[in-house]
Amino acid sequence: MTTSTNALVLEVIDLSLRYQTRQGEVQAVEGVSFNLEQGQSLGLVGESGCGKTSVANCLMRLLPENARLAGGQVRLGGTDLLSLSDEEMRGYRWRRIAMVFQAAMNSLDPVHRVGHQIIEAIEAHGMETTMADARERVARLFRMVGLDPQLMDRYPHEFSGGMRQRAVIAMALSCDPDLIIADEPTTALDVIVQDRILRELKVVQQELRMGMIYISHDIGVVAEVTDRIGVMYAGRLVELGDTADVFRSPMHPYTAALMSSFPSVHGERLPLVGLAGEPPNLIDPPAGCPFHPRCQYADEICRTEFPDRSMRGDHWAACWHPLEAPPLSENRQKQDLPD
Amino acid sequence: MCSPNPENPEIRQILLLMTSTMQTPVATPNQTHAGQDALVAVSGLTKRFPVSKNLFRQPSSFIHAVDDVSFALAPGESLGLVGESGCGKTTVGKLLVKLLEPTSGQIRFRFPSLDTTAGGSGDPVDASEIRSADLRAFRRQAQMIFQDPYESMNPRRTIYDTIAEPLAVQGIGSLMDRVDRVTEILTQVGLTPASSFLFRHPHELSGGQRQRVAIARALVIGPSFVVADEPTSMLDVSSRTGIMSLMQDLAQQLGISYLYITHDLAVARYMCHRIAVMYLGKIVEMAETEELLRNPLHPYTRALLSAVPVPDPAYRRDHPDIRGDLTLPIDPPARCRFYDRCPVATDFCEGNPHPPMEEQSPGHWVACYEA
Repeated sequence: MTTSTNALVLEVIDLSLRYQTRQGEVQAVEGVSFNLEQGQSLGLVGESGCGKTSVANCLMRLLPENARLAGGQVRLGGTDLLSLSDEEMRGYRWRRIAMVFQAAMNSLDPVHRVGHQIIEAIEAHGMETTMADARERVARLFRMVGLDPQLMDRYPHEFSGGMRQRAVIAMALSCDPDLIIADEPTTALDVIVQDRILRELKVVQQELRMGMIYISHDIGVVAEVTDRIGVMYAGRLVELGDTADVFRSPMHPYTAALMSSFPSVHGERLPLVGLAGEPPNLIDPPAGCPFHPRCQYADEICRTEFPDRSMRGDHWAACWHPLEAPPLSENRQKQDLPD
Repeated sequence: MCSPNPENPEIRQILLLMTSTMQTPVATPNQTHAGQDALVAVSGLTKRFPVSKNLFRQPSSFIHAVDDVSFALAPGESLGLVGESGCGKTTVGKLLVKLLEPTSGQIRFRFPSLDTTAGGSGDPVDASEIRSADLRAFRRQAQMIFQDPYESMNPRRTIYDTIAEPLAVQGIGSLMDRVDRVTEILTQVGLTPASSFLFRHPHELSGGQRQRVAIARALVIGPSFVVADEPTSMLDVSSRTGIMSLMQDLAQQLGISYLYITHDLAVARYMCHRIAVMYLGKIVEMAETEELLRNPLHPYTRALLSAVPVPDPAYRRDHPDIRGDLTLPIDPPARCRFYDRCPVATDFCEGNPHPPMEEQSPGHWVACYEA
């Protein structure tokens, strides 16, 4: 799925972020690096508090007051976003890099028509100059996300949750961004609506050849919409690889544990294996590998030194004792679908 | 009522009329699958909420939140109530623990020890006869665990206060007994050492730990029936697995029956012996868990199942083929509730009332003319 001929949209190099709190400094993101190619989608998964959303907020430069960038670069088409002034960043945000926030469907202004709100965004970024062009653009966006363009003069309360979420996705797409960040865009929705929005989002992303970063705690969703997957734990990226590779043979014990604790409705009813313990306190993270207090393979070196990357092709994990790849014949057998 | 489905709609109409007018004792979905005495038996349960807000007028329209729902729960059994948001599953839960009063229909409890003014210990008791005086005895047997562990606890009270309150309300034990009991239940729900949790406040605990406290609070007085309303949906994957296995272990040890409310079929698969699928106030299908997942008969159940993402990139699932969005059941037409979104709806479905629950195979009930 990864074709190395594609141009890079995004390079994140050694990104670190701290939050100042009364209890101390929280190491929310620590040394995160990854690349994203044009038209590629990358999933970021992990438990809440692992830094997924903090990474997204760094990319958008939408950080709360108590946040401090402790280093690193975010290069979008060659420009380091972190070195731009606020004024310069405004030219990039939404036009080059856009985001669909968690529960964004509640962010529409209830007293303005939905289409009008998107036209405002289009005009503010100088995408279209006449009203007719802007309306035409909104109609196109509506069709793209599976909304009837006739609905653009309705108010948000006349939309269902799923329709509002689509309108917000349309708004994020309104300035033709190179990169879209979707932070749990379907978590508040029911499965049937989620299924439809995921399909539409994927089609649009591939049609427009956008890069996409898809953040979710639901590994089932990530398995379906992404080409590559990055697993985060305690502010660090601990495993990265093609989605198929990571699911077929996870290298990091944390990734494997995450997957085996996920119930599935299809196929055999495999026993759920829990993950004992809690994620570490990031004010005072454990020395060495942050996962070692919960890891069954941990030994002396895990407790003292942060692991080097173990490579398997372009699939890697930050682990001293990566899991072996299963022999090919032992692939998970295909499940029987109810007809 | 395993009537065949002939093609001719007129014959079907006649057959339907015959079956619905026959007074022979037929199986009803409020019998437990094994034919045991039900712990909770629900028949024709209905709850309507008025949507008219005018104080001086009779309410003119109603949300049919729960409409003619029947099922039964055997002692020690766990029944999953699955459906999308707004389908009425939480309303059913609240009706069963008497946080709401039904508009019509019957709920009968057969608790091992429930002495009420209406009847003695061990006899089935009708929920409508449990009045305020008996409510305290009723709550000893029926408890509820809520969805949000962040909102369902008083932030100013310690964990001990929170868990000991049901004991105090019920007047169980001396102060020392209560401390012992709370310590014991904290250990049972895996918050150890219990002494280090007794005098903490909710904000000092993680979401998973809080949900363990909520479980301890519900179980501390030894209920035989617990309504669990999405107890894991706010939790992370890792703590979710822990809570699920804890609830299963406790159910086995203490012989508790759960009505397990969830939107997630995968969670229901692991937690429940049987699953009932709800759509807009109606139970549309009910069967033992693996039977329901392997052999779903109702088009809505099929859609729900095929919409669940599969954590396996190589797996290609069929996408659900239903149209439109969930609506609110405000004075819905008499025809099948699923008609507007159904991929297999026929003229027969349009012209006839909502289909009755029929037993297609032993224990597998479905409400669909086309199933």
